[in-house]
Amino acid sequence: MTNEFKTIDEANQAVIAKVLAATPFLMDVVPAKSVIELLDGKKVLLHAGPPIRWEKMTNPMQGSCVGAVLFEGWAADEDSARDLLESGEVAFEPCHHVGAVGPMGGITSANMPVLVVLNKTDGNYAYCTMNEGIGAVLRFGAYHEGVIERLRWMRDVLAPVLSKVLRGIDGGLNVNVLVTKAIAMGDEFHQRNIAASMCFLKEIAPLLVCADIPAGQLREVMRFLADTDQFFLNIMMAAAKAVMDAARTIQAGTIVTAMTRNGENFGIRISGMGDTWFTAPVNTPDGLYFTGYSSADANPDMGDSAITETFGVGGMAMIAAPAVTRFVGSGGFGDALATSNEMKDICIARNPGFPVPTWDFQGICLGIDARKVVASRITPVINTGIAHKQAGIGQIGAGTVHPPVECFDKAVCAYAEQLGFEG
Amino acid sequence: MLTTIIRKNSYQDSITLMLLTNSIAEMEGINKVSIMMGTPANKDILAASGLGTPELEQAGANDIAIVMDIVNEDMTSEVLANVNTFLARQGEQASTQTEQTVRSWEQAFDSAPNANLVLVSIPGRYVELEAARALDEGKHVFIFSDNVPLEAEVRLKEQAAAAGLLVMGPDCGTALIGGVPLAFANVVPRGTIGIVGASGTGIQEVSCQIARLGAGVSHAIGTGGRDISQAVGASTMKMAIAALEADRDTDCILIVSKPPAPAVKAELLALLRASSKPVVVHFLGATVTTHEPGLYFAHTLEEAAQLAVALSKGEEPAVTHYAPEVLACVAAEGVRDDAAASAKTALARERGILGLYTGGTLAGEAAVMLETALGTVGDHSSHTDGFMLNRDGHVIIDLGDDVYTQGKPHPMIAPQNRVEFIRGIADDATVGVVLLDFVLGFGAHDDMAGETIPALREVRKQAAATGRDLRFVATICGTEGDPQGIAAQKRALEEAGVLVALSNASAVATALALIGLELRYEDCVVEAAAVAASAEVPANRTSSATIPAVAQPVRQLLDEGPRIINVGLRSFTRPLAERGIEHIQFDWQPLAGGDVRLQQVLAFLNRYTSEAEARS
Repeated sequence: MTNEFKTIDEANQAVIAKVLAATPFLMDVVPAKSVIELLDGKKVLLHAGPPIRWEKMTNPMQGSCVGAVLFEGWAADEDSARDLLESGEVAFEPCHHVGAVGPMGGITSANMPVLVVLNKTDGNYAYCTMNEGIGAVLRFGAYHEGVIERLRWMRDVLAPVLSKVLRGIDGGLNVNVLVTKAIAMGDEFHQRNIAASMCFLKEIAPLLVCADIPAGQLREVMRFLADTDQFFLNIMMAAAKAVMDAARTIQAGTIVTAMTRNGENFGIRISGMGDTWFTAPVNTPDGLYFTGYSSADANPDMGDSAITETFGVGGMAMIAAPAVTRFVGSGGFGDALATSNEMKDICIARNPGFPVPTWDFQGICLGIDARKVVASRITPVINTGIAHKQAGIGQIGAGTVHPPVECFDKAVCAYAEQLGFEG
Repeated sequence: MLTTIIRKNSYQDSITLMLLTNSIAEMEGINKVSIMMGTPANKDILAASGLGTPELEQAGANDIAIVMDIVNEDMTSEVLANVNTFLARQGEQASTQTEQTVRSWEQAFDSAPNANLVLVSIPGRYVELEAARALDEGKHVFIFSDNVPLEAEVRLKEQAAAAGLLVMGPDCGTALIGGVPLAFANVVPRGTIGIVGASGTGIQEVSCQIARLGAGVSHAIGTGGRDISQAVGASTMKMAIAALEADRDTDCILIVSKPPAPAVKAELLALLRASSKPVVVHFLGATVTTHEPGLYFAHTLEEAAQLAVALSKGEEPAVTHYAPEVLACVAAEGVRDDAAASAKTALARERGILGLYTGGTLAGEAAVMLETALGTVGDHSSHTDGFMLNRDGHVIIDLGDDVYTQGKPHPMIAPQNRVEFIRGIADDATVGVVLLDFVLGFGAHDDMAGETIPALREVRKQAAATGRDLRFVATICGTEGDPQGIAAQKRALEEAGVLVALSNASAVATALALIGLELRYEDCVVEAAAVAASAEVPANRTSSATIPAVAQPVRQLLDEGPRIINVGLRSFTRPLAERGIEHIQFDWQPLAGGDVRLQQVLAFLNRYTSEAEARS
């Protein structure tokens, strides 16, 4: 810890001050390679979670990789795509290492469009791919022609259209405003984003219809945005990443600055330990399953989307979204209230910028203190989609998952040792 | 066979429909079912899971589509009825939990900012840290837990005394603060007698006797059994005496405990002599020969209550002669001289008293009374294997002793252990009278009499078959206000042929009478203590000591009543909930799950200050 702070509590206050001050704006939608140098001209794929090798990836994440290789045209068919991936010719890097986040498999390649969010307070950027909708989608490991076709449409139509509109907004679209509005409309921004997605559409619809866009494309884009209830999730993820990366510039204290999973391991970062990942084997989510599926079919937990919980929404703000409270416990409002109250135990403050009406207007949780997790054994609750363990089948349910407490134990011990603890 | 039902224009969200699907899937005769809104994406999902049907194509985005693989088509209407019932009753599934539960101190203090008392029932080795935390926050502490190191008790009580806070316990079984029962307590009317006790069942017995005599209790403050040791120096008892001295609801003070360490006893008596209120003292097992003006010593728990009730009514108590009541039906039998002779012999064949007690203090009292009747009172400072007495064929066992509770619940909670002992009597021809206690109140078993009676009947039948006249005498420590109700327990026992006394002293006296022994206490005289002659004592007082002023937080606790954070055993919240007493439940877990290294790491981080700070 730098000598800037006298105590860990003081350092932690500095970290959450960064979160409180953050002002994320959605600026643009651009090809990933144009903002992430690592992807430009190289066979590199970004993935969710802490670092992982191809052999260790679960089936859906490998399926996403196959889809990305086909999308990029690095191979003509599945077999040659798999050969390429197994050959080691394709390098892998966590999204988190390049200022990005990705849902579920999180597989992001050079020509996929990404949302660009700027935290104007600190001037840092974060990126996330766009939501593809539900059903057979790349993030759950589907890679058949229809999936790739949709990705091409997103690249060729959706992204340029949204880019045109967003660039037309002076200074970009203020994400905090959308979050504040939608949290009062029952979104928690992980399981449920329908209000925020509508607010987003409400903001850009007038601009879309006024912009010089071919009528066919306009119809398709409007149709897609209207159908995609979870569109805002990826905006929320990029915004949360931008905010937490700014907080990460304070290299002291025990505030959790990232939580993410790759299907093999759950990884966290804490403010005092900079870029180091503290990992432990992931859990499998608990939840409700679509017909014909059960927990036996569930893929272990994956995705960078837990950045939303790191920021204080998602499962951490369960009580904000009465409509999805039945994913937790026996399912009543009381359970959701108890869950959210319990989450206060591991956080050091509340964020008054985002008051929750159903929580007596208390702000969302702010600053998960790893020490409190270690002491209480209460782990953050993460709302999540559940992927089938076979690539291509896609989402089979939704529910909640907890990080293994060992991640927090390791992080806190490592930090204590760095500060001179011997024992 | 696949069947499809489309409910047109009836939207439910996907979570509801997933829960509905789970509910319908449990019906007999359903192989597979899925219920979704008929959106194109959902229809794809249905098809992918083998539930695609031609009818499904008719479903639109605002229609509920029910597709099922059922054994026979007749089920359709039954399924529809269940679907309708489920949708209509969604709200009823909401949890009805009203008691607030927390898992950390922060949340506890946050949720109950007005709490003034923390009730602790967690493993003893963790108590000091948590109790100290409560004291840090200015809360009084009631420690039910045992196995708290003596040094920890001393430290906690020093911290508490400095802050003007009460620490009741460790190993404090009961208390009544402003009429609110804490832990194992009886429902006793409010009144003007203030009790301080270093013994749980001792407090219970005196407060029940007070209730039986038509009076009531202002407060009963537990101190824990070690408070009166030399090391602790009666820290809590002194504060409690000061509190009751100042308490406007208290007219009379009653002290019940084992005999304190000699120096502590002298200090306490000096303090009590300085009280402006009449005081009754019962030191278990101590020989009583004299009273002092305003300071009365009782032979038994019952007599302590009798004295206090008289004093609280402003009456001069009948102090010179005390004899516990022998139940009328037994007294009528008369003492048989031959029997009296045989009972005193080394082995009183078929005339032995066997006391099987669940309350330690009650067992101790029975042992002392028996010895008094037999002639000499021994040393009761330590007991092995819970034997409070084992002499001349008479045995008194405390089944609440650690020996019998290792890995088992306390016999006041679980009757099984004592029932086993009772069954054993059938084979023990030396036993003539069985003495039992039934402790009622919150925390105690719901129907101890009902659980015990079958064994009593059985054993007596077996004894009768061999010509033995086996008798059962019971005492019930409880009130009619207790959840079990004293009248119902008494009736049940009497119907089973048990002689039921309403005080422990009376039960023991009755048992003694049954074997031909009479309990005689020497008549007492009232005389001023020797110290009264000292020149240091003002003329109108009998003590050189002064009762200290009551600490403000203690006065507030007694005046306002407790508002409680219950750390540990959830059952302790029951009497609080029933009375509408402000409380929250803290489901405590050891720090870092009890991992010592992690605890050290956390302590290091919490104490850590950077070098910049160290230099400055």
